[in-house]
Amino acid sequence: MSSVEFRKDLFADERPENLNEIGLPKQRQDALGHVTGRSPYYDDNLYDGLLHMRMVRSSEYHARIRSISLNGADMMPGVVRVIQAADVPHNINTLLSLIGFGRDDEALLQDKKVSYRGEAILAIIAETELQARKACQAVRVDYEALPHVLDVEEALKPQAPVVNEEYPNNTFDYYDRYDHQKLRFGDPHAAMARADHIVEGEYQMSPIEQAPMETCGAIAVPETNDRILCHTCSQALFFSLGTTAKLLDTPSSRLHFKGGTVGGGFGGKVDSLNEPMAVLGAKLTGRPVKFTWDREEEMQVGAPRGAERWRIRDGVMNDGRIIAREFTGFFDSGAYTRLSSYAVVKGTAHLPGPYTIPNVASNVYCVFTNRTPATAMRGFGITGVDFAIECHMDKVAETVRMNPIELRLLNAYRDGDMKPHRRVAKNTAYIECCQVAAGKADWAIAPEYSAMSSLRDGGGERASIPLTMIDEEGRIGERKRGANIDTAPSKITKDSGRAPSVIPILEATQAMGEQAAGRPQVGKATSPAPQPSAPPAPAPAMAPSQTPSPTSAVPAAPQRSAFARLQASEPAAPSQSRPVEPQPSTPTPPSESEQPYRPSEPFSRGVKRPGASPFISGRRR
Amino acid sequence: MTWHKGRGFAAINYPIGMNLGGDPSQALVHSTPDGKFMVTLSAIDLGQGMKSVTRQIAAETLGVPIEDVYVDTADSDTGPHDMGSFASRGTHRMGNAVIAAAQEARGVMLEAAAEELEVSASDLETDGKGNIHVKGAPSRSITVMDTALAAQFEQGRTLSGRGIFLVPMSDVDPETGEQTPVSCFAHAAVVLDLQVDDETGDVEVLEVNSAYEVGRALNPKMVEQQLVGGAWMGISHALYETTEPYYPDRKHGPTDFNQYLMPGPGQVVPHHLAILERPAEGAPFGGKGPGEMCANPLLPAVANAVYNAVGVRCDSLPITPEKILRGMQANGGARPQGMNWGA
Repeated sequence: MSSVEFRKDLFADERPENLNEIGLPKQRQDALGHVTGRSPYYDDNLYDGLLHMRMVRSSEYHARIRSISLNGADMMPGVVRVIQAADVPHNINTLLSLIGFGRDDEALLQDKKVSYRGEAILAIIAETELQARKACQAVRVDYEALPHVLDVEEALKPQAPVVNEEYPNNTFDYYDRYDHQKLRFGDPHAAMARADHIVEGEYQMSPIEQAPMETCGAIAVPETNDRILCHTCSQALFFSLGTTAKLLDTPSSRLHFKGGTVGGGFGGKVDSLNEPMAVLGAKLTGRPVKFTWDREEEMQVGAPRGAERWRIRDGVMNDGRIIAREFTGFFDSGAYTRLSSYAVVKGTAHLPGPYTIPNVASNVYCVFTNRTPATAMRGFGITGVDFAIECHMDKVAETVRMNPIELRLLNAYRDGDMKPHRRVAKNTAYIECCQVAAGKADWAIAPEYSAMSSLRDGGGERASIPLTMIDEEGRIGERKRGANIDTAPSKITKDSGRAPSVIPILEATQAMGEQAAGRPQVGKATSPAPQPSAPPAPAPAMAPSQTPSPTSAVPAAPQRSAFARLQASEPAAPSQSRPVEPQPSTPTPPSESEQPYRPSEPFSRGVKRPGASPFISGRRR
Repeated sequence: MTWHKGRGFAAINYPIGMNLGGDPSQALVHSTPDGKFMVTLSAIDLGQGMKSVTRQIAAETLGVPIEDVYVDTADSDTGPHDMGSFASRGTHRMGNAVIAAAQEARGVMLEAAAEELEVSASDLETDGKGNIHVKGAPSRSITVMDTALAAQFEQGRTLSGRGIFLVPMSDVDPETGEQTPVSCFAHAAVVLDLQVDDETGDVEVLEVNSAYEVGRALNPKMVEQQLVGGAWMGISHALYETTEPYYPDRKHGPTDFNQYLMPGPGQVVPHHLAILERPAEGAPFGGKGPGEMCANPLLPAVANAVYNAVGVRCDSLPITPEKILRGMQANGGARPQGMNWGA
């Protein structure tokens, strides 16, 4: 049997207990509907004359499409419409363009090159799902197979095939400068040199399916007033609406999205692939169209939690103090960006986990490979690295022969400690969680560890930002051009003849403050010392035009955000980021010249057809 | 065959709210003529309890019983903009938007009641049972229903409120990774007991003891459901689940639940939870949103317990019988680590 206890004794003085409704075990508003099967989901909306959409998908990992032959599919029984790439009004998008992060890199339907098995090539709409499936089987696609790459570190090699034309180096571009996200705090390399032990480990998480009971899907229905109603199981209603408006080049006011009750999401219902296709189908046919994935699509074509590979290197003292920690992380984004670029930034801010370590560095990569694009899942950006960190903590404990819980408590972060992303920790409760869990399981810890508190002994020296080593390794395109650069955080020291740059602490902090306040940044204090370093031999030197100016920090003009800045660059010329207008946060409504909506067939909702039940419109009960 | 028992520990913190901000949520609240309140959102209830938690937050803020509040979501024609239910942002972002909307509606409600009672609105308070009365004089009172009727039909007021919550988007320093990523941190620690069969490599999880710090348990039953279910998911990730069993090879990918393994209801493990509450500044009533973080510590706890049981470090997920058997083979057999840590 299981049990639950509320430890009201802990943090009691921070928690007024004077509330009427909050904190009570009230029954859920939708509980009765759920347990009696009466809660309406998107798929419970039934329409007379509902059409069904299925996809012709790539059988190849990576191939050019020489030709597509319908092979009579469009004439098969029940087939109403074939939708090809040319039918998608704005057939290129990246999900986070809605917040101005990253460049458009993914088409809704592909007709030139497929980059993963299962990528959608064309859609067939038919009266029944079976008819649509049969027609899809008839379509013939002539492929010219291309070399493919499935391993993240293989994909970083110069000779690796280009997975995603928008990012020809197979990595997402960070801040127009680097092929990875950096975290630099202190000097891990020097600290490792004086550590008693170096503990290393590599950790791998393979892709995981979100596995909701309800697969992704949408039903789109033409409404009056030139509007389309879309019933959806999206996790993010306006995200899906905005994405649909952009891909279909339609004013968002023409779209009416309904949802809200979803049969499990866990992150797998953000990608918004079904909604634009269903709405496009409804526009082109003038009839209600349903596009729902079957379980196989959900598992192999629907984006999983992406694989992650993490390497951790710790410098540890004999008494268990971790004085330095380095991470090298690879997020396997699959063929397109989706949301992995964001997870890399989120994961970086999370390092080094709930510990106060005075020297931390990380290089984290968002890598494109010829597999199903990855997307969000519960714990996005964090679950994989938490697995790595916590397995690694046990290795450290074993190395220094300590009780694993005591080792964690010794290194735990507390109120007032500086985190490596340079913000002070507050409202922490890590120590108390460790103590309570140990107590419940009768896992003995020494009295001095039982007496620790998140409220005490933090801050002070632990709140300081150390002198920090920075580097310019991993400029966009360097690896592709053959530079032999380690993926791990730079090991460059004074001994190498390349003097490290040191950030003046105060100025760096002020600069960030100004940046956060939206003030223009002129001559940023964190810019590296002006000494362009030659890439290590035998790599060819960078072309002069591509040599970044060491003094060019972030763009001088006021920027709305780093996200907006990311939008701008051309991958071939990554340096000298120039000020760019941020992308609008919502899709621009199309101009007046937009083609008026013309259904390919007369609107037939509600029309009596022989054999059709007059009672099938409405809501399933 | 021999079953070897093992015990593992892991503890984590978890960032709450969308990283780097820039993710607004809006809410609208209005009363019906008889003094019930509708909360109109476009947030999504994935089963995590979005409707219920926003309903409790609205009722608490308005000062009315929860039975008098109904949450309507999600319709883009009526519900105002919201980024969505992801990144542990639902409770934090939408909860704050609902508080703002409900506070505005409550302000109008108290003004309408003040006009009826001929007192100042600042002298009024709600009893949480559907009445508004003068502070210190409970007999001078009016029901919320009479207030709404008067507002609607006599005073010409709308008892309504609008709310938005936005953490402005912030930057990342490309050189150092300096950023203002999140709103607050939730915490968790678990001790996991299992046993490993040294002949088949099979793992049976026996018991979980855990402590989760959630800021404030806005609804303790829903928190319990999230934590028990999330722990189950974490164990499932650790031992069973993947769409690519031989990653990075794409082959042998499952296509249905016959091939994609998950533990069934009979394998839900006895789980003894302790819930800690350290309210977070800026979070709705201090609540942090436990849904995402609760699976995370289970994955490493399983790996650490397997090592404790048979001496095999499985650093790649999932920890399949094949990997355990190959590890034991490389070690020349099971190597129980001896330290039982109180088990």
